[in-house]
Amino acid sequence: MVKNKNESSKPVIEIKEMHKWFGNFHVLKNISLGVNQGDRIVICGPSGSGKSTLIRCINRLEVHQKGDIIVNGTELTGDLKNLEAIRSDVGMVFQSFNLFPHLTVLENCTLAPIWVKGLPKKEANELAMELLTRVKIPEQALKFPGQLSGGQQQRVAIARSLCMQPKIMLFDEPTSALDPEMIKEVLDTMIELAETGMTMLVVTHEMGFAKKVADSVIFMDEGEIIEQNDPKNFFNNPKNERTKLFLSQILNH
Amino acid sequence: MSSEIYKPGSYPNLPPPPGTVGVYGWIKNNLFSSISNSTLTIISVVLIYYLIDGIIGWFFFDAVFDANSKIECRKINDGACWAVITRRVGQFVYGFYPEVERWRIDISFLTMFIAFAPLLYPDLPKRKWLLWFSGIYPFFAFILINGGYFGLTKIEYSLFGGFMLTVIIGVTGIVCSLPIGIFLALGRQSKLTVVRTLSVCFIEFMRGVPLITLLFVASSMLNYFMPPGTNFSILVRVIIMFTFFSAAYIAEVIRGGIQAIPKGQYEAADALGMNYWQTTRFITLPQALKISIPGIMNTFIGLYKDTTLVVVIGLLDPLGIGRAALADTKWNGLSTETYLFVALFFFVSCFAMSRYSLWLENKLNTDHK
Repeated sequence: MVKNKNESSKPVIEIKEMHKWFGNFHVLKNISLGVNQGDRIVICGPSGSGKSTLIRCINRLEVHQKGDIIVNGTELTGDLKNLEAIRSDVGMVFQSFNLFPHLTVLENCTLAPIWVKGLPKKEANELAMELLTRVKIPEQALKFPGQLSGGQQQRVAIARSLCMQPKIMLFDEPTSALDPEMIKEVLDTMIELAETGMTMLVVTHEMGFAKKVADSVIFMDEGEIIEQNDPKNFFNNPKNERTKLFLSQILNH
Repeated sequence: MSSEIYKPGSYPNLPPPPGTVGVYGWIKNNLFSSISNSTLTIISVVLIYYLIDGIIGWFFFDAVFDANSKIECRKINDGACWAVITRRVGQFVYGFYPEVERWRIDISFLTMFIAFAPLLYPDLPKRKWLLWFSGIYPFFAFILINGGYFGLTKIEYSLFGGFMLTVIIGVTGIVCSLPIGIFLALGRQSKLTVVRTLSVCFIEFMRGVPLITLLFVASSMLNYFMPPGTNFSILVRVIIMFTFFSAAYIAEVIRGGIQAIPKGQYEAADALGMNYWQTTRFITLPQALKISIPGIMNTFIGLYKDTTLVVVIGLLDPLGIGRAALADTKWNGLSTETYLFVALFFFVSCFAMSRYSLWLENKLNTDHK
């Protein structure tokens, strides 16, 4: 895969010395991370390492207590206006899809564009159909989420996020709730998305995806970023003992 | 039957063995599956026959539908004496509303169905136009029933009674308590402390007090709490109390629905940049209300039947009219007929509500379509 790293790339996400606690539990410790336009970053680590919490902090589904997070030049604070602007620029795909079960696939995709962005209904429908075609399920547009398979639901969730035309996409273990035969169709969709130059942060255990798509792989453990490297060096030549242990556990079975 | 040999992957879909599906299959499986089951079925059928035979005889074949008094009834036949109803049906329906003006009630009642149709059936053709009528209907019905405008004679509330009173209190209470209940439920979940506290206080107070107490308050005390100069009629005060009382219950039912929505739904809405009111309108309420339909309908039916309590503050609901009829020496002792008739009226209304809620639940079910 060709990696056309833009020289003039500017940071779209900057996290500086960020800390987060759940009650007394220090879940994220001194996280610093810069993400440039077009970067594809995979975050992995054992469960409970804080990787999901980290990307949920980026669109403030979780609130950090210390340090700065700057998305698209805007600092994340309690200001609701800023927050809604940032959220409509940052798409998110969840492990459990979180589609709206009472709305059709098409309505799931058009709801936010119509009401948050003020897109006319006709345009929103066209955009949604275009994106549903891109994730290869335009024929399901009038069904309800409950009638689709897990893989199809997750692809709808991706299309729904893309309908907001976000600049950044966050994926929180997008394939962890899927049956094995459906993982590939979702990963293929994500790979195609990566090829369009989308900035992506992906929390996943799919190391094949990381090797194929990522510019950079981050390993987290116990709330810290232990190691960050390009995929080749990360998998072939891990530096930290904990990274080695993790990789040996996840790859050798 | 010898089983055919098919190549793997080409086994056809065969029909199920005979006698396992359809009417015959159902009867065989459910009524005559074993000797004891068959015996039970036959005994039950015989028992039901004798029971029904007696009841239907009393209700219809041996019943008297017109007579001048109970004594006359008994001379004609020994079944039910429905004459107490047929002779007083006007009072049962309209209370003491003047006879020449009763057409106003009839029109209000019939047009009520037109006003409700677009609200109850979202797929109705020309729904948009009908919704306009639904919007003006409350004013239309108020003017028509109450009078005082456009040359219509003003009718005193004290003349209202019978089923008409039940429908007025019940329907107004139901229609007004749903939106209030929704806002109370949202208020109780609110992050704003003042809003939450006020909602909790209101809900807990209304739920913690018997309805009958509230009705006494309505009849005697409510005017003390109102600004001087305002003087609501007793009927309006009663409707307000019914509305508040059932709104508190509905709020709790809907709160249950809201809490049953998975957290992921809010996260998805947040992640799409939707604000609180957008999330509430498009995500929370549609799902919460759908879950709450059985509970909401339960509260509505309860409210509708509780309208009979107004008899304690002197309003003449169907039970009050019935008691007045029974107090008449001509009809003394016909309480079975009177109360059965009132019960039938309530049963028909409540059963209709219950069926509608089942239909709606089914329609909104998007899980396996």
